[in-house]
Amino acid sequence: MTFAFKPFDEMTPDDYANLGLRCGLEIHQQLLTRRKLFCHCPAGRYRQEYDAEVLRHMRPTLSELGEVDPTALMEKKTRKNIYYRLHQETVCTYEFDDASPFFPDEQAIDISLEIVLLLHLHLVGELHIARKQYLDGSIPAGFQRTALLGVEGWIPYRDRRIAITHASLEEDSCREVSDVGHDRVWLTDRLGMPLLEMVTAPELHTPQEAAEAAQLLRLLTRSTGKVRTGPGAARQDVNVSIRGGTRVEIKGVAQIKRIPLLVYNEARRQCALLSIRDQLAARGLRDGNVDWSAHDVTRTVTKTSYPPIQAALARGHQVRAVVLRGFAGLLNHPTQEQTTFGKEFSDRVRVIACQTERPNLLHSDAGSEFLSVRQWKELRRRTETHDQDALVLVWGEPADVILAGQEIAIRAQEATLGVPSDTRQALADGTTGFERVLPGPERMYPDTDLPPIVVEDERVDRIRRTLPLPIWERRDRLAKLGLAPAAIDRLCLSARAGIFERVVGELGIDPVFAASILVERFRAWSRRGLRPEALTDDELYAVFQGHRDFTISREGVRQALFGALLRRTGAGAAHSPVVAGPSGCASVPRDDADCARLIDGVMRSSGARRFATRAARQRFLMGQLMPFMNGGVDGRRLSELLQARLGLVPADSARERTAP
Amino acid sequence: MTPPSLEGYRGPARAVLERFNVGVWDDVGVECTGGRFHGLILPRSEVADDRHVVLKLSSGYNFGVRASKITHVTRLGHRDVQYRIAEKQFPINASRPQVLLLGTGGTIASRLDYRTGAVVPAFSPGELYSSVPELAELCNLRTENLFSVFSENIGPQHYIPLARRIADEIAAGVDGIVIGHGTDTMHHTAALLTFMVQNPPVPIVMVGSQRSADRPSSDAAVNLINAVRTAATGNIAEVLVCMLGPTSDEYGLLHRGTRVRKMHSSYRSTFRTIGDIPVALVDPGGIRFLRDDYPRRRRDRHCTLNTAFEERVTLLYCYPNMQPDMVDALVERGYRGIVLAGTGLGHVNRPLHPALRRAAERGVHLYMTTQTLWGFVNMYVYETGRELMDLGVVPLGNMLPEVAYMKLCWTLGQTDDREQARRIMLSRVCDEITNREPYHGYLVFQGAIPEVQEFLRKVKR
Repeated sequence: MTFAFKPFDEMTPDDYANLGLRCGLEIHQQLLTRRKLFCHCPAGRYRQEYDAEVLRHMRPTLSELGEVDPTALMEKKTRKNIYYRLHQETVCTYEFDDASPFFPDEQAIDISLEIVLLLHLHLVGELHIARKQYLDGSIPAGFQRTALLGVEGWIPYRDRRIAITHASLEEDSCREVSDVGHDRVWLTDRLGMPLLEMVTAPELHTPQEAAEAAQLLRLLTRSTGKVRTGPGAARQDVNVSIRGGTRVEIKGVAQIKRIPLLVYNEARRQCALLSIRDQLAARGLRDGNVDWSAHDVTRTVTKTSYPPIQAALARGHQVRAVVLRGFAGLLNHPTQEQTTFGKEFSDRVRVIACQTERPNLLHSDAGSEFLSVRQWKELRRRTETHDQDALVLVWGEPADVILAGQEIAIRAQEATLGVPSDTRQALADGTTGFERVLPGPERMYPDTDLPPIVVEDERVDRIRRTLPLPIWERRDRLAKLGLAPAAIDRLCLSARAGIFERVVGELGIDPVFAASILVERFRAWSRRGLRPEALTDDELYAVFQGHRDFTISREGVRQALFGALLRRTGAGAAHSPVVAGPSGCASVPRDDADCARLIDGVMRSSGARRFATRAARQRFLMGQLMPFMNGGVDGRRLSELLQARLGLVPADSARERTAP
Repeated sequence: MTPPSLEGYRGPARAVLERFNVGVWDDVGVECTGGRFHGLILPRSEVADDRHVVLKLSSGYNFGVRASKITHVTRLGHRDVQYRIAEKQFPINASRPQVLLLGTGGTIASRLDYRTGAVVPAFSPGELYSSVPELAELCNLRTENLFSVFSENIGPQHYIPLARRIADEIAAGVDGIVIGHGTDTMHHTAALLTFMVQNPPVPIVMVGSQRSADRPSSDAAVNLINAVRTAATGNIAEVLVCMLGPTSDEYGLLHRGTRVRKMHSSYRSTFRTIGDIPVALVDPGGIRFLRDDYPRRRRDRHCTLNTAFEERVTLLYCYPNMQPDMVDALVERGYRGIVLAGTGLGHVNRPLHPALRRAAERGVHLYMTTQTLWGFVNMYVYETGRELMDLGVVPLGNMLPEVAYMKLCWTLGQTDDREQARRIMLSRVCDEITNREPYHGYLVFQGAIPEVQEFLRKVKR
């Protein structure tokens, strides 16, 4: 493959088309439920502390189709001690696999069915819980319980549709604490939380498209108001391939904005690997045939000054040299930004042979920077390595370095075939690192602990009846209302989307003004440490109603809400000049007498006298009063009483109008 | 052409498959009123409903399609699928001990069954070698599946051939025997084998798993390795249960067959020695004995086989307001022995006394154990206990109720004479009654107590 990679910023859609870039997404979204999916532990509680630890090992098993999953075999080679940290508040015996699952959480099923319907998926008639093997230890059972919800849906994207291949409901995995040598430590608090997985077809053609589609799906799920938000609540896996390459999965991208660079780098890596394959073929190395040998060279390197090898020797470890015939020069071939082909070997040694301390290998293409020319020469003589061959040194416990040598050879063999299908971790610098071999369908087998769950038509109908407007339709509608794009997305993600619809639809409030309050003001107040979520939708409605009915100024709306927030946040005293809440009127007004006291309080303390006209004063005071109406007398009555108090209408008439 | 298999399908689901002439393991496209699906038809569990067809997607997911919504099915192909553990020749090395693994069922080695959706046992030396290769470093393994029953279904028709087979193998020179067994009643079988195969020259090790062998986190492999290590190399010769000590994959415990009990429905560390301490710890480093009073492995090939068994024996769990006609009914139905799991020190409610007297007068053998499991029966402390003894109820010290039940079955298989039976019941074969309860024989820690929390934080259990 000949393709001259440009820097990230200069790549055009045509460039990606020439590469044949294809991306697909797997979005994992936590659902907002009270309990975990298969047990009754509370969901959404995180803590680093732990009360106890258990130790487990994993062994691969066979799927029902009688094949062993390749990932499973790889993980078995690694011989990891897997430690689970348990806290009594967040886990029970289910999470650490000492008890059977409980029936899945109904709330989680309902929420996921709602999203599945929004994705236009064909619903299954019966949920079958499957066990998806994970031998990395991220799930103590060694498998994740997961159930397919629907297949073949779509979302609209630009002028086309992106196919959603399927969605499933599954349990979330552990959080990794550390992975050093043969010991891997996990926190179990997140384990078992309900997670919706949505998978798109590989129909995204640029890194930017991948990010935009991810954002669309994120908006879709969040606009239901029934999913978790915050760090780690939604995680993206991105599948990437280029023409001639292989599907590679970039796992667990926490932020959508990181997707484009990761995709770019992966495309670049695949391009480089194909180029390496072609160069190897030109050298006569193809179809997985690599001539290699491994040698114990511990004694040959005793005089080295290279610190990692010195340290290994001091620990009594073995140094092993792997000869890759015909590979000279290729290990320095760039693959990603600041990354060379040599790292592909280093990663495999790290993951599979548990050599987590870096650097964990040294190769002959690195030159004489680390070992002297004489030492390389001696090693080459000792291992019968010729100029056209590459030499890779690894060090560690004998069993580990023997495995490391084999893995280096396996990776070299894969290089003659092209791009191996890996699961790769997203690194902070936008590059990816090897995590494991990409698992196949063989890792799925039926869960025998739970019966199939019928998705009854009545249930689906009930959910369909209250289905929210899909995000794309809502976006279009909001755009037609004149909202700016940034405000649209914020509003869609906001819990106030519902009240926005009500005040605009029912009260005829100017949508741009309503959004400015519900999105911009609320954001600003949140930043000041106030808690806008303390205001109920009904209270907000009442204030907007006041704005419509009593011509409270826009400023009045802002002040009323701000004042109420200040009081609820307990910061009222410090800011009293702005809001001047009526002291002594904390309780909700129930009758005219309460209202009168409330009005007196507001008039005394709010500084309404600064307004020149009674009408202006009335507008201001009404704004101040609105937040207090919460469940008490209705706004109309309070307004009448206020007007009477200000002498705008005769008190009698106010009395008359409330007569039954 | 053979008609398509419809394994497990009934009613409307079966009718749909028949209508479109497709069956299990066919690759199909299914048109439904709600959309299209494409997948492999899987067998249906017989206990599942008859309204759905099960498909497997190429991504590995299974799901059910409502038969009533299927409008058309197109057959696209067929896949012959066999679930089989790869079988590799178990390597034989003359210098290694000969170990026989007898299978009785349970989940020590298992595979999935589609008809029931259940896990079923399956093993051979070759299968075991390919899934637990560590075994080849320990012994030359032979295996034989004597029966495939869930352990709750095991009875004398299994116990007796099993005991005979063990005696035969001992005579033939085996170095150790491992018995794969479902965990639910493993302690019953362990107790009975202790009585039936006395004074064996080699270890007889029972093993099972709490997490089925089809899952990566299963304890089957580690338990099997520990059991085989014990059978092959342990310098001990008695019936033992070998299961994980902690829930962590750290070490197995060897429990004496007469003092062990399953104590949790699902935990890995479910087996505990009750009222005493375990015999040994076993892990990849070897066997560490925790006590010295165990019979050592011998070179001779002798053991005392006694397969007597009387089935008309029962174990009665006592509770307040228990009705006396319960006992009368047992007597009437011809029960010859009743082991009472009494409350506390060995009591039953007084209304039961006349019924027990009637039973004793009819020649029924009555024995008392305690449902507290830990501690001794002591029927002298309260008058009610003395009354019970006067009625003919014999206290069994700290014999566990299940052990007492198995021992009474075995005893009454030998004699119906009250005095002789009493002598057999009270003479110790292997610690079924101990004379002393060590201070650390009773440890049921309570969580949340600071020092226990401290322990749990430090020790992986």
